[in-house]
Amino acid sequence: MTTTAPAVPTSLITTGAAVELEAVEKRYGSHRALAGLSLRVEPGEFVSLLGPSGCGKTTALRALAGLEAIDAGAIRIDGADVAAVPVEKRDIGMVFQQYSLFPHMTVRQNVAFGLEMRKVPAAARRERVVEALDMVHLVDFADRWPHQLSGGQQQRVALARALVTRPRVLLLDEPLSALDAKVRVSLRDEIRRIQTDLGITTVFVTHDQEEALAVSDRIAVMNAGDIEQVGTPEELYRRPVSAFTADFVGQSNRLPGDLRDGDVFVYGFRVPALDAGTPDGPVTAFVRPEDVVFAAEGVTGTVVASSFLGSIRRTTVRLDDDTVVTVQHEVGDRRTTGEAVALRLLGAPVAVAPLA
Amino acid sequence: MSAAVPSRPFRPGGAARPRRSGVAPSRVTAVVVLTVVGLVFAVPLVALAQFTFRQGTDGALTLDHYAAIVDPVNAVTYQPVFDGLGASLLIAVITVGIVLLVLLPAQIVTALRYPRLRRVLEFVCLVPITVPVVVLVVGFIPVYQVVAQVFGSGAWTLAFAIGIVSLPFAFRPIAAALTAIDVTVLAEAARSLGASWWTVTWRILLPNLRRGITAACFLTITVVLGEYTLASFLSRTTFQTALLLVQSTDPYVAAVFSLAALLFGFVLLVLIGRVGAARQRTPKEPA
Repeated sequence: MTTTAPAVPTSLITTGAAVELEAVEKRYGSHRALAGLSLRVEPGEFVSLLGPSGCGKTTALRALAGLEAIDAGAIRIDGADVAAVPVEKRDIGMVFQQYSLFPHMTVRQNVAFGLEMRKVPAAARRERVVEALDMVHLVDFADRWPHQLSGGQQQRVALARALVTRPRVLLLDEPLSALDAKVRVSLRDEIRRIQTDLGITTVFVTHDQEEALAVSDRIAVMNAGDIEQVGTPEELYRRPVSAFTADFVGQSNRLPGDLRDGDVFVYGFRVPALDAGTPDGPVTAFVRPEDVVFAAEGVTGTVVASSFLGSIRRTTVRLDDDTVVTVQHEVGDRRTTGEAVALRLLGAPVAVAPLA
Repeated sequence: MSAAVPSRPFRPGGAARPRRSGVAPSRVTAVVVLTVVGLVFAVPLVALAQFTFRQGTDGALTLDHYAAIVDPVNAVTYQPVFDGLGASLLIAVITVGIVLLVLLPAQIVTALRYPRLRRVLEFVCLVPITVPVVVLVVGFIPVYQVVAQVFGSGAWTLAFAIGIVSLPFAFRPIAAALTAIDVTVLAEAARSLGASWWTVTWRILLPNLRRGITAACFLTITVVLGEYTLASFLSRTTFQTALLLVQSTDPYVAAVFSLAALLFGFVLLVLIGRVGAARQRTPKEPA
């Protein structure tokens, strides 16, 4: 894959629009797909909607695009309520999960389609199509047919097609999920580079936390049609406000603890609890694998597996009470299956949830 | 990355002939099977063709029967066939119109907006093939008393009945074309780019459904040209009923027209095949 990044065409640079969803509700029969969702995206910001299947993230994006009518609430772009504006007049650019290039048009015709709809004169159209294709390194492929392109190339053309019209907002509906792992990472980084250079407000839907953590300015973690927590990737990872976020973003060990006066006692180790609202008593503490270390003494157990992950190693330990703990540690520290070990918890604050 | 290689759409070209796999029959078996099947089809056709050139019973061949068709002396005798052919072609045009203006929009709307109704529509469209035409026509007779009062008793009114009989043949190719592309995503992509519903249909959907629509139209025309029962029972003169009429006075000329109709149908089927082949695509994600 080409790595030299050409400067984005200045003609496509935007000031970015503010996007606001306010108490948006959407029902399918008795099912509430969106349960009063509110979110504000600042101009030029890259916000990901992250959550498991069925959490409403795609519905939220489609509502923002105008592809789904909402039952209540308001959707504002730059302060103007667009809830009643049809999709073709909303001035958004969208890239879909499925390959959505028009199969009977060449790459060039696909990218020019949005400009034709806006009645851009032919000469300007030709110029802008080349600029947009250059931005995604596909200018040499302008006269190919979609079926002659790989999946990654098709999605890059779709991105160029969505951006060539200089939309106010870019909406990405899991555009990487149909691609293989390597292409996914390179296209993900390319999308982020283009977005940053253009300064376009972007909403990105994904169920892949790694993807969301890698590219977003902020992430909105969604659950059951509403937002569980919005924050920067670091905030979500280090200071999850709920068990759901702690569990969904990054990997966590679920360890039994006892909450007392804002601190949680886990196997005798005292760590600060993040959620002040949880009543004292027995809780589940969500402890990150990197917050557990091997020690000379501490809670004891036996190594059941150890995996090499390139720059780090993760070892699974079965404690004497049968709780399974994952420890993230240095590659040089090798542990063998069956080895007796002792673990210690570092003092990083942890999310807690009342024991069900 | 290589330079652009422009080529025609859906004609990847150089598509290798599929190699014989391990489970395919041997060459000899294939030749025998194809010969037998070919003979089953060819013998009646060759016999029909030979019959059109036959003179008397002594086996001599002549072009007289073909010449007789254009001979002004016989104009009155053969007029019903030409009238019937004209009526059948008019019916074909109207029936194709019904397919394009009623069935096609219904299928597109169902695919885009009401995917759950697809099975219902499919069932409704396939019903006519499960009911013998003789049974259908019994139901049509009282309906056509009303049709005659409203539209008169012109042969073209048969298009309504034949439109129903041809539904199964027209439905399938359009349905296949609709499932071959993701209509919803293409329509949503086009709309997000600023296209109205009209533009979506005209610029995006119809070009991608062209193959299915063409096949549906051709099949409808062949159904119309082959339809005899409805016309006969509803007392309309069409190509098929006229042929039967002429056959009683001049079997040779009836055979000439039958052969011409068969050749026409054959040409239509070849055209369907060509349109289909032109749209075959390579897999979407080449390695």
